[in-house]
Amino acid sequence: MHPVVQLKDIHKVYDSGEVKVHANRGVSLEIQRGEMVAVMGASGSGKSTVMNLLGCLDRPTSGTYLLDGIDVSKLDRNELADIRNQKIGFVFQGFNLLARTTALENVELPMFYAPKKPSVKEMRERAMHALEIVGLAQRHDHTPSQLSGGQQQRVAIARALVNRPQVILADEPTGNLDSKTSVEVMGVFQRLNDQGITILMVTHELDIASFCKRNIVFRDGRLVSDTAVNPRHWAEEELKRINAAEAEAKLTGTL
Amino acid sequence: MRFFNTIIIAIRALRRNKLRSMLTALGIIIGVGAVIATVSIGNGAKSQVEAQVASLGQNIITVFPGSMNTGGMRGGFGSASSLTVEDAEAIQREVGGIVAVGPQISDRQQVLANGLNWNTSITGQSPDFLSIRNWTLAEGSMFTEQDIRSAGKVAVIGQTIAEQLFPGSDPIGQSVRIRNIPFTILGVLNKKGFNTFGQDQDDVILIPYTTAMRRVTRRDRLQQIIIQAASANQMALIQEDITSLLMQRRAGRDQDFTVRNQLEIAQAATATSRTMTLLLSAIAGVSLVVGGIGIMNIMLVSVTERTREIGIRLAIGAHGKDILMQFLIESIILSFMGGILGILAGWGVSEILSKYNGWPILVSSTAVTIAFFFSGAVGVFFGFYPARKAAQLDPIEALRYE
Repeated sequence: MHPVVQLKDIHKVYDSGEVKVHANRGVSLEIQRGEMVAVMGASGSGKSTVMNLLGCLDRPTSGTYLLDGIDVSKLDRNELADIRNQKIGFVFQGFNLLARTTALENVELPMFYAPKKPSVKEMRERAMHALEIVGLAQRHDHTPSQLSGGQQQRVAIARALVNRPQVILADEPTGNLDSKTSVEVMGVFQRLNDQGITILMVTHELDIASFCKRNIVFRDGRLVSDTAVNPRHWAEEELKRINAAEAEAKLTGTL
Repeated sequence: MRFFNTIIIAIRALRRNKLRSMLTALGIIIGVGAVIATVSIGNGAKSQVEAQVASLGQNIITVFPGSMNTGGMRGGFGSASSLTVEDAEAIQREVGGIVAVGPQISDRQQVLANGLNWNTSITGQSPDFLSIRNWTLAEGSMFTEQDIRSAGKVAVIGQTIAEQLFPGSDPIGQSVRIRNIPFTILGVLNKKGFNTFGQDQDDVILIPYTTAMRRVTRRDRLQQIIIQAASANQMALIQEDITSLLMQRRAGRDQDFTVRNQLEIAQAATATSRTMTLLLSAIAGVSLVVGGIGIMNIMLVSVTERTREIGIRLAIGAHGKDILMQFLIESIILSFMGGILGILAGWGVSEILSKYNGWPILVSSTAVTIAFFFSGAVGVFFGFYPARKAAQLDPIEALRYE
């Protein structure tokens, strides 16, 4: 079976007039189905560029990118849009939900742009199912302003899931969340990964990266480290520990 | 199917910003409302003028005397006393396609009746005058051809005369003294009201033109001859026939008469109201364009403000075309909504004006249709640039936009 993501000697050069910026200098990477990868690196290390390329939002200057066996480096703008719609789910740091729009409508959004659009009834059912997976079905009629940060990010994950993508790309998904909510969101990602969904996330936090299976590090436009996580953290256990600590500190729990 | 989805998306986007959507549409509402109201008022005024012109009679051609030229001194229009009863009779006899010929002569006189007196217009007419002018009798009867031949001392009076000289009594059969000659009143005309030029048309006494010439004006020349043609499209031909007949009767002398038709008079009368309507419509049209620019302005602001939203849509698979259509449809919905509300507002304003100011109003379906589609066109025209701008955004840049 072919890998979900296969980058071969990717170079990306930003040509802004006189100065040429080499964002990626020969990146090769393979990600197999069912992996959960944390992408790390300081700012300017080239990881955002790789994420944009992986997300089909941008094209490499040279090198090939096979997504699910398809060479996407040669597709045009609209074909890339269809690939993004069908094969990739995006989760952003700032949630990026449509304001004043219910959770359900937000989750339905990717299906509106699907090349083969499902019926209104099917869209609703699939959106509700995706909300059930992230545990927010009962909040489907809430707008983002009525939801907490963690809940908003779970709605965003539901939106990323709804078109059954090959890979979910998350750009610092816990960057705007407190530590307990971050662990909850990582728990959602781990559950999805257990069901076989491939996940790739950028993060700055080592403890968040330790919830993943594999960590890769970028520096100066190159991949400098690629290690399996050991020991791996489990969000469920971590949550129990946090809850216990909070109860002891009388922050929550029964008196 | 994708198009249908875009409509849903556009409606959802507009619904998220109800107040802003309403305010944006307001420009178009005012523009279209102003167009509808002014055109309605203009049409009302025009139809009123047309009704007044029609009350002068259908398909009327009038022969006026020319100007008099005595020893180098030129009198004005109509100063010559060049039209004779024989001219009128010749027209009646020889020109085809005419329904009636009415020789006419008038004079102002102090009249006495019932112990009261009144200065009024005495006009000598033929019995056909009433049918030519679309005028009817309230009571009594018109004088006849017999009265013309015998120069009978009979009269038909207007409503104003009846009110002034015979208050509270029936004037039929009573007598009125004109130049001290008693005339027997045969009939009373129905009320006709004021004409376009503000004259009271009911302040009149009609007598046979022969009697008028012999006993009142004591002149043997007519002031004008009115001719009613059988149909409107023959009027130019009849006008020519009359001119050549009268020229032939003058046997080589200069033309001392003018032939005019009613259309020329009607055109002069409607020209003013048409100019006013045009002017007001132009102003209203400008406000419609301003409304359109308002939509463009808001759509441009909206594109900037929603850059991130556009980025999200592009990231999750929207094509540039989808974004273009969404923004275009949003602006079209806004302007159509504005158009419909504007039509209702303009209609309402027209109705209120007609109710409280008594202005005649005519809401024309053409104006409504044009306003409706024009507002849609405004939406497309002024919505296209912002929509294209939105569609060309780069998803990475748009997502990073703060």
